[in-house]
Amino acid sequence: MTDLSLQSGARPVDWTSDQAGLRVRKRKAAETRLKLVGLSAIAVAFAMLGLLLWSLVSTGWQAFRQTHVTIEVTYAQEFITPGNLARSNYRGLLEATMLELVPGATDGRRVAAILSNGAQFAVRDRIVADPSLLGRTATLRVPVSDPYDQLWKGLIDRTTPEQNRRLKNDEIAAFDALVAKGLVSSPFNWALLGNADSRFPEQAGLKGALWGSFYALLTCFLLAFPIGIGAAIYLEEFAPKNRVSDFIEVNINNLAAVPSVVFGLLALAVFLGWFGMGRSIPFVGGLTLALMTLPTIIIATRAALKAVPPSIREAALGVGASRQQVVFHHVLPLAMPGILTGTIIGLAQALGETAPLLLIGMNAFVTAAPGTPFDPSTALPTQIFIWADSPERGFVSRTSAAILVLLGFLVMMNALAIYLRNRFERRW
Amino acid sequence: MTDLRIVERTVENHANKITARGVQVHYGDKHALKDVDVDILDKTVTAFIGPSGCGKSTFLRCLNRMNDTVATARVKGDIRIDGVDIYDRRVDPVQLRAKVGMVFQKPNPFPKSIYDNVAYGPKIHGLTRNKAEMDAVVETSLRKAALWNEVKDRLQDSGTSLSGGQQQRLCIARAVATSPEVLLMDEPCSALDPIATAQVEELIDDLRSQFSVVIVTHSMQQAARVSQRTAFFHLGHLVEYGETGNIFTNPRDPRTESYITGRIG
Repeated sequence: MTDLSLQSGARPVDWTSDQAGLRVRKRKAAETRLKLVGLSAIAVAFAMLGLLLWSLVSTGWQAFRQTHVTIEVTYAQEFITPGNLARSNYRGLLEATMLELVPGATDGRRVAAILSNGAQFAVRDRIVADPSLLGRTATLRVPVSDPYDQLWKGLIDRTTPEQNRRLKNDEIAAFDALVAKGLVSSPFNWALLGNADSRFPEQAGLKGALWGSFYALLTCFLLAFPIGIGAAIYLEEFAPKNRVSDFIEVNINNLAAVPSVVFGLLALAVFLGWFGMGRSIPFVGGLTLALMTLPTIIIATRAALKAVPPSIREAALGVGASRQQVVFHHVLPLAMPGILTGTIIGLAQALGETAPLLLIGMNAFVTAAPGTPFDPSTALPTQIFIWADSPERGFVSRTSAAILVLLGFLVMMNALAIYLRNRFERRW
Repeated sequence: MTDLRIVERTVENHANKITARGVQVHYGDKHALKDVDVDILDKTVTAFIGPSGCGKSTFLRCLNRMNDTVATARVKGDIRIDGVDIYDRRVDPVQLRAKVGMVFQKPNPFPKSIYDNVAYGPKIHGLTRNKAEMDAVVETSLRKAALWNEVKDRLQDSGTSLSGGQQQRLCIARAVATSPEVLLMDEPCSALDPIATAQVEELIDDLRSQFSVVIVTHSMQQAARVSQRTAFFHLGHLVEYGETGNIFTNPRDPRTESYITGRIG
C-alpha cells in the first residue's frame, strides 16, 4: 500500500502536456454544464412562479376595485314609516330614486337592479343613524350589482348579440346614462376585506375568513407550540434512548407525512363525533391543524436542539448545572431561533391547509364574521374553495384576489421566520 | 514570570486529595480504562500524558462524573475525594461538579456576557446573596484567571467576542467561580497559540496554591513545565506515576521511556 503510493507519486508528471490540458478542459466543461443545468432549473422555477403570479394578478386585480354609483336619496314620507325606520319600503324608495335618475326609464325594478342588493340596507342604515333625515335628501355612494360592475370593468363585450348577453341593450343604455352624468366611480374595494361572505359578489368579502383563519391559527399555535416543544425537549434531552423512544420517533416522522385529509377525517370522527363539538368552528379547525402541525414543530425543535454544540452542554454541566438547567438556561435559548422558524413554517402550512377544514364543515356559507373562536366561520383557503365554486362572474376575480391575500399572509409569515432567524441566530 | 522550564524542583508533600482504586471504564464494548490506581495530591499540578485514546481524558472525566452524561459509559472502582466515595448513591453529581471544576479542550464560553459567564455557576448554586457579592465573586474569579485587567471595562461584552486565549482564561474563571477544590483541565492549551499557551501555563502555576489541578496534555514539554507529578497512560493502563522530574529523567517503565523519547504515540 505504502509502496504503491510512493511509486505513483515518484512517477514524473508533465503538467504542460496535451493530455493534462485535455483533462483540464474536460473538467471545466463538466463544471460549466452543471452550472448551466442549475441555472436553467432556477429559471424554470422562476418562470412557473411568474406564470402563477401573473395569472392571479391579471384576474385578481379587478376585485380590488368596486364600481359604485353616487345617488341622491330623498327620504320621502311616501316610503318611510317614521315609527318603524328599520322596516320601511327602502326598495320602493330606491326604485323611485333610480327612475328619476335614469331618463326615460319606466320599469323601476329594472333600473333599481343596477344597484347592489345591499344598497337598500345602506340607505336604511343612514336614516336609522340619523332620523332627522326624514323628508330630506342624502347623498350616498352605493355599489352596483355584479353585471354592471363587470360592464364597467370591460368584462362584458358590448358587441355580443343581445340575446347572448348578460345585460340587454336598455340596461346598458341606462347605465351609460349614469356614466354620462359622472355618477359612476370605482374606488378601492374595502368590502373585500371588511365584509363577510355574501351571495352577491359585490358585497362578498374575506372578513369572516380572515377571522376564522386567525382564530384557527391561534388555537393551533397555543396548542401545538407548547406541546410540540415539550415533546421535543423530552425526546431529545431526557428520554432514554431505547426501543420505545425509537418507535415514537419513527411514528412522529410518519405523522408528518400523513395526508392532511386523514387528519380531517380523524377530527370529524373524534372532535365532532365523539366529543360533539360544533361544525364549522374555528376552534375545532385549530385543533385539527394542531394535530397536523405538531409533528412539524417536534421535528424542527429536535433539529434545533441537536444543532446546539455539545461544548455548550459540557460547559454548563462542568460548572455543576443539572440537566434541566442545561436545557432551560443554555440549550433552549440557543435553539429558539430554529424552533420559531420551524413553528412559523408549520403555521404557514396550516394556514394554507384546506382538506381537513372541509371535512369539519369550515366551508359553510356564513355571512357574519365570527366574534369568538366558537362561532361558525370559514377560513381563507376554504373561502377560496367556496368562491371558486360559485357561478357568478364576479367571484372569478374575487377568487384570485383571495388567493393573493392568502399568499400575502404566507409571504409575511415566512419573512417573519427569516427575520427571527437572522435576528436571534447566535454564533459561537 | 517564574522559570517554568526547570524540570527538577522541590516537591512539597501535600495530603492526598483524590484516591482512585481499581477504576475501570467501559464505553459500550470498549474497555477504555483498565484498573487504574492513583493518588492525586492537594495543591499540586498533576499531569496526565499518553498517546491519543490511552484513557487519560476518560479518567479525568471520571473525577467529576462527566462520564455519567455518556449513555454507554460504565464506571467501576473506587474514587474518593477527601475520603468521600464520589460514586456513592448519596453524592449528587451536579454538586460534585461544582466542587470539581473543569476546563475543556476547546474554549467554550457561553454566548452570553463575560459577567454572566462567570456568574452562572455561583448563581445556580446560590453562592451569593446579593449583587454586590456576585460582583465581588466575578472580580475575584477573573483576577484568579488573570483576565480582570483585560476585560474589567467590558464585562457586558459577549464572552465569544474575546480572543481564543482570553476565552480559555474566561472558562478558567468560570470554573473557579464556584470555589472548587479540584480543577480538571482537558488539554486546555491545544487550541491556543504559543503566547496564549504561556499565559495559561503561568496561570496554572498560580492556581496551584489554591487548588489541586489535574491537567491532561499531549505536550510533554507542557507537562514538564507546569506539573509536579505526572501519570503516563498507555492503552487504558496507568503505566507509571510519580514526580515529574523522575518520570522525564529517569523513567522506570520502558513504555514511558519510549513515549517521552518519541518512539511510541
